[in-house]
Amino acid sequence: MIKQISVFVENKPGRLAAITEVLYKKGINLRAFMIADAGDFGIVRMVVDKTEEAFNALKSAGFAVTLNDVLAVEVEDKPGELYRISKALGEEGVNIEYVYAFTSEKHKALIIFRVGELAKAKAVLEKLGVLFKGKIE
Amino acid sequence: MMFWSPAIERMPMEELRQIQEKKLKALVRNVYEYSPFYKRKFRELGIHPTDIQSLEDLKKLPFTKKQDLRDNYPFGMFAVPLSQIVRFHASSGTTGKPTLVGYTEDDIRVWVESLCRGFVSCGVTNEDIMQIAYGYGLFTGGLGFHYAAEKIGATALPVSAGNTERQINLMKDLGVTVIACTPSYILYMAEYAEKMGINIRETDLRMGIFGAEPWSEETRRRIEDKTGITAYDVYGTSELSGPLFTECIEKNGLHVWADHFLIEVIDPKTGENVGEGEKGELVVTTLSKEAMPLIRWRTGDITIMETEKCNCGRTHPRIMRILGRSDDMLIVRGVNVFPSQIEHVLMQIPEVSEHYMIILDRKEELDEMTVQVELSDKVSIDKPVDVLNLARKIEEKLKIILGISAKVELVNPGTLQRFEGKAKRVIDKRRI
Repeated sequence: MIKQISVFVENKPGRLAAITEVLYKKGINLRAFMIADAGDFGIVRMVVDKTEEAFNALKSAGFAVTLNDVLAVEVEDKPGELYRISKALGEEGVNIEYVYAFTSEKHKALIIFRVGELAKAKAVLEKLGVLFKGKIE
Repeated sequence: MMFWSPAIERMPMEELRQIQEKKLKALVRNVYEYSPFYKRKFRELGIHPTDIQSLEDLKKLPFTKKQDLRDNYPFGMFAVPLSQIVRFHASSGTTGKPTLVGYTEDDIRVWVESLCRGFVSCGVTNEDIMQIAYGYGLFTGGLGFHYAAEKIGATALPVSAGNTERQINLMKDLGVTVIACTPSYILYMAEYAEKMGINIRETDLRMGIFGAEPWSEETRRRIEDKTGITAYDVYGTSELSGPLFTECIEKNGLHVWADHFLIEVIDPKTGENVGEGEKGELVVTTLSKEAMPLIRWRTGDITIMETEKCNCGRTHPRIMRILGRSDDMLIVRGVNVFPSQIEHVLMQIPEVSEHYMIILDRKEELDEMTVQVELSDKVSIDKPVDVLNLARKIEEKLKIILGISAKVELVNPGTLQRFEGKAKRVIDKRRI
């Protein structure tokens, strides 16, 4: 299980720069990043190398920040991997709320899952042997 | 018919003053005896009914404020037993408690009488069909107009507020001649009618009586140009009964019936009466109300008093159209809203902070209220729907307290304006 940072952001010019400036100044590196867009505002979600530090820095800079548990899955960077995992979760009745993926030199392809039932999903993924148990660096 | 109560409406002011003096003395004796609130207040201030011998002595009496009504909710302001109360009306309060008004049978009679005089003074007759598009219910607008319309023998169409398409169809099909609603609603109706392919000029509608929100001469011209009808102003507040006074055909102020209401215009800061023709806050003493008599009631409405006899022949003093408020009360779609009501709702929601702004605008002639509020550090947001649900939750709570809808916009912490000293949280973009 890894920690994801969610930040409320108004849909206005310069807002993303304000968030990333805070991270840059603290020397924090982004590992995964996505924005859920909802018209007047959006939610920035990210996985970073120094989670605690990033969370505190954003909070003291005045952002509405939330820390969540998400699951990360490490798979081979090849066709059919996401299919295999989402099918297994679906068959066990686990609802995926959202998912995003990234690749890096250190890891194989990493897929971030936000699910309805964390414990159940964790069991499914462990059984498949894909649950990422390392540390994001 | 030119007058509803000709003898009284044309009575020389000197004689009206004698009636006022007699009634004021009786009122003070009565509240001292029967109103728990005034009895306590007079004793605290060392006032005895015998101190009030003439109209000049009115100044010795204390003001009555909105807070007094709140503090004495529900029945502490009443001067009669509940068995004599025949009706309640209520408006929304600041902290969830409404402002309650009670009426005896005679209070309703005087209310209806006042409005009947006004109707006749601006030319409503028993031939008219009056579409009453003010809200019916706890709000006094609908029922106030309704009973007065019936009393003068006109035909009341109690359509209440909303459902614009049905309003316009009924207006056209029934040959409605008089409309009663807010000035912004008639402009909205005119636009809506156009979209339906109906020109209000081609209906039988000939006049309108507009109130429950401040408006201007410019808006009167817009209404008259757009619809071809004649537009009159009406004034009243629930605490005084409801809609009570209208303009006469001279359109030069609203006649305040001196045999029932004693008015002053004061400087809201000092409490002193302002000179004739000067702007100030309207203060009303009810001379005939039984259930909830009010002494020197601070209406919060800014106006100018005119005591010259009117060209229409009526001798009673007039107030000019309401120019604004002496407090921070807002009027949104005809409903009174205090920023403190909004603040009270926001304070109960831990996910938002105490920093907020209220933005008023007019879209297609109708008022829109937006409340912007900063998220607090207690918020937990991961999905857009979390934000939408929080906004909806606040919107629902606001609707319960205010009685009207407001849009809630959640914004980033630290982004709304900060104030040193008195906060100016309202941005009013409406053209009144």
